[in-house]
Amino acid sequence: MHIVVCIKQVPDSAQIRVHPVTNTIMRQGVPAIINPYDLYALEEALRLKDLHRGRVTALCMGPLQAEAALRKALSFGADEAILVSDRAFAGSDTLATSYALAAAIKRVQQDMPIDLVFAGKQTIDGDTAQVGPGIAKRLGLQLLTYVAKIEALDLEQGSITVHRRAEGGVQVLKTSLPCLVTVLEGINEMRFATMDDMFRAARHPLKIWDKSAAGIDDLSKIGLKGSPTIVAKVFAPQPKAQKAERIETQSGAPKDIAATLLSKLLTHHPQLGREIAKRAS
Amino acid sequence: MSEIAARKPATGRRKIELDPRLAAYKGVWVFIEHERGVTHSVSWELLGEGRKLADQLGVELAGVVLGPPGPVMRQVCTEAYRHGADLCYLIEDSILASYRNEPYTKGLTALVNKYQPEIMLLGATTLGRDLAGSIATTLATGLTADCTELRIDMENRSLAATRPTFGGSLLCTIQTLNFRPQMATVRPRVMHMPERDEARSGRIVEQPLCLLETDIVTKVLHYIADDQQNQAQLAYADIIVAGGRGLKRPENFQLVWDLASVLGAEVGATRPLVQAGWVSADRQVGQTGKTVRPKLYIAAGISGAIQHRVGMESSDVIIAINEDANAPIFDFATYAIVGNAMQILPALTEAFRHYLVTARRAS
Repeated sequence: MHIVVCIKQVPDSAQIRVHPVTNTIMRQGVPAIINPYDLYALEEALRLKDLHRGRVTALCMGPLQAEAALRKALSFGADEAILVSDRAFAGSDTLATSYALAAAIKRVQQDMPIDLVFAGKQTIDGDTAQVGPGIAKRLGLQLLTYVAKIEALDLEQGSITVHRRAEGGVQVLKTSLPCLVTVLEGINEMRFATMDDMFRAARHPLKIWDKSAAGIDDLSKIGLKGSPTIVAKVFAPQPKAQKAERIETQSGAPKDIAATLLSKLLTHHPQLGREIAKRAS
Repeated sequence: MSEIAARKPATGRRKIELDPRLAAYKGVWVFIEHERGVTHSVSWELLGEGRKLADQLGVELAGVVLGPPGPVMRQVCTEAYRHGADLCYLIEDSILASYRNEPYTKGLTALVNKYQPEIMLLGATTLGRDLAGSIATTLATGLTADCTELRIDMENRSLAATRPTFGGSLLCTIQTLNFRPQMATVRPRVMHMPERDEARSGRIVEQPLCLLETDIVTKVLHYIADDQQNQAQLAYADIIVAGGRGLKRPENFQLVWDLASVLGAEVGATRPLVQAGWVSADRQVGQTGKTVRPKLYIAAGISGAIQHRVGMESSDVIIAINEDANAPIFDFATYAIVGNAMQILPALTEAFRHYLVTARRAS
């Protein structure tokens, strides 16, 4: 069995700050992490490897610094790590990104056939959830998104059965391998890497592929050129014209504050008062 | 944008002539998401938004309906007219009874290639994102996810789609200038629900799917409907009481539940609390959780970090309780209570309880 897991290195969004005056992103000192959703994908692949044996290849597209993300993936138990990195990829939107990753996966496939491609449901920096479906379409793979559980994997029969989150319920779907799965958060809990794993990962040779090594021949499909969307402008959200109205009382007692708030609410938003009263009847 | 326009000579804003290849694409489409007898309300919200775009472009607004044969899908079309559509493209086939990527992608792609819309909007739901990403790749066109504002740039007759970026810290406007259709997804509850107009009607354009069930690789074995009682229905709640890290200890979160139960409200939380296991993930409000738009949002011990803000700032009334008078949440809340949430919450619960008892007696 061979699973390719797509991972992305992203800035830790919890630590991103916007400069209050210039309204630009302050990237300095913001740590880069593996996209948290991709970790669930990696762990799920490693669990299948524990059960069925086989190989897990971690694949990442990004600048050379993304090596750190792949070393981390190796320390968790990935057998191989490939960084697809080329200046020509700069400015890629989701369509161009899926083209480059699909090309790299085809290249991986030449060395060893692939049963599954895993990815997180989306990244925390782009938030689009578009690259997974894009790769599946480009490779002609069956697509299973928002997978909450892998119920069965039958390698002999070449089939997989999963629980897929839908609006208002869960679909139990069965499809043929090879296929692409994007996993939902909470599908598993990430294992810890031991010290030995980390040493092994640090020594492990990393494959770094530029565009030609990744088998990309059509340069009009990657980077800015291969991206149908353009960013026309970037701007800061409009601050609200008015600050919140502060509720204060002379006593400062919670009871009085609550009473003052309630009377304001009922006076200025009578509809809301009726909405709440409705709940009482 | 306006600055650039102002600097141009008074003789007028020259419209850029569209490449005839692009100009052949006309009309605004909204994918009507329907599953198991339920039409997702985001589709009606998108028809409201699509109506404005279509009017500005001087073109028709179409709903795109895929589903099994029978009267239900026709009723969906009727509802689409009442929410603003001029016509509906309808593909009926038993293969489409349950959503599956392959037949839906093939059906919708064939429709697009045949009738060539310039804009196509889908809800940013699990279904909509799965489908939109597949179709945009198949058609090799631009797709912008999770838009919060849609506008027409009349200078080049293109869609200007604004979305949050860097976790909502900044906004960016994205355009697809040289490819059609221009695709965008929008999260539920981001756009306003349009007024329903009973008098409106429209026409149906039917198209066959031309697929056999034996051609479809993925099979639906069964469907497990959510237990509505146990699942948080945050996205559609009218009142939400939410807690954040300012509550300090997991047991204090009970105070949020107490107030919510008096108000008949849903309970929400910030991401750190979900990660710490105080509440289940389906209650997370914000960038990586749910977008909500209640009539009343009570935020207790929530600082208002941008990741949370993007998920709840369009609430009608926001009451924020925080000890830090400089907490960012006070920049966009309606009412600010600077104080200890552990003391304020029980006082609010008591005040609302008292109000409800009085209201009940009065009625």
